[in-house]
Amino acid sequence: MTDLTISNKNGAELVKKVKRQMKDVMDPELPFLSIEDMGILRDVFFENDHVVCVITPTYSGCPATEVISEDVLTAARVIDPEAEIRIALSPAWTTDWIGEEARNKMEVNGIAPPQGSSHDRAFLTGDGKIIPCPLCKSKNTKLVSPFGSTACKASFKCNECLEPFEHFKCI
Amino acid sequence: MNNSQLKSALLRLGDDALILGQRLAEWCGHAPALEEDIALTNISLDLIGQTQSYLSLAGSLFEDGVKTDDELTFLRTDREFQNLLLVEQPNGNFGDTIVRQFLFDKFALLRAEHLAQQTFNSEAAAIAAKAVKEIRYHADHSSKWVIRLGDGTTESHDRVQKSLDDLWKFTGEMFISDEIDRAGVESGFLPNLDDLKKKWDEEIDNVLGEATLTRPEDCFMQTGGRTGIHTEQLSFMLAEMQVLPRTYPGTSW
Repeated sequence: MTDLTISNKNGAELVKKVKRQMKDVMDPELPFLSIEDMGILRDVFFENDHVVCVITPTYSGCPATEVISEDVLTAARVIDPEAEIRIALSPAWTTDWIGEEARNKMEVNGIAPPQGSSHDRAFLTGDGKIIPCPLCKSKNTKLVSPFGSTACKASFKCNECLEPFEHFKCI
Repeated sequence: MNNSQLKSALLRLGDDALILGQRLAEWCGHAPALEEDIALTNISLDLIGQTQSYLSLAGSLFEDGVKTDDELTFLRTDREFQNLLLVEQPNGNFGDTIVRQFLFDKFALLRAEHLAQQTFNSEAAAIAAKAVKEIRYHADHSSKWVIRLGDGTTESHDRVQKSLDDLWKFTGEMFISDEIDRAGVESGFLPNLDDLKKKWDEEIDNVLGEATLTRPEDCFMQTGGRTGIHTEQLSFMLAEMQVLPRTYPGTSW
């Protein structure tokens, strides 16, 4: 048990600082988005005299989860050397947690963002849904493969500008 | 359901995912097309991720001390694995791999949907909730391939029909209940396999119908995976999978 009486940590202040640090922890697969943009960082709070960061992995086997955990810990420990990380599996990560601004950033970087809500099952594979080309904005596109370079993306091709592009799967 | 039964149930979940994940990884660099190479290995990655979660949870329930997911993966012998015989069958041709995937995905999805809803073990529910999203995607992919191959050319139809006929004898095992399953059903943790089979039959028949494939007659079903009696295929696979950590104990990257 930590003896709170000898602690001289200011919990609220530390949490605030760690939260600020987290804005610079980027998703290694999508380096233009922070883990906060991605909805991977779920919570930062103070417990038992240290800061706790909670993250939720995007996919069960996503290799980036390990890198992200290390990056979060490194960043948080600059502020609080005893900071801890926790992995929360429930509720399961969903693309619904990716905000509007982050979706726009994806598009600017050539990745078609998830379309709509994950509750619409048709969005799962893009079947029957139009995924516009992030480069020329044409709606004349084709699914090449439901799987892509990372677990979270599917491969598409634009029939107008002929460029291949990736679509962030809606889950 | 006592601790030891829960541990076995979790090992079965983890082992199904692990062995199929390892099989699919064997396709890396060998699939018929680049897109499919990526698809099969992506599915493999999801399965290995599910394995890590299930086996870590199972490992926390050992009475003689916690075992890690790596220890359970690399240091158990063939007789200690409790996966279905279906998932250890060799990759064969692309049709064999797709049919094996399709038969398992449809079963695994129904099972994971139940696990995600149950309240007996909240950690397993969280793992399953994540897995449901992934398996749904896998099932969609394998079903589409079964349809494409079955309703494709005469050759693709005949070959995938043969894959189905060859693998059918491994499907009965998915629905056999033993005392672990019965205890699991009683506590609400595991689905009733008779009910699950009805749904599975329906879904399999729908896809096979669209694929113009004939559902094989139920034949003598091979069993034993759940009690560690495997086909010869598993030992060869484990030999390759486990050789490094067994040769260099405790090694790391």
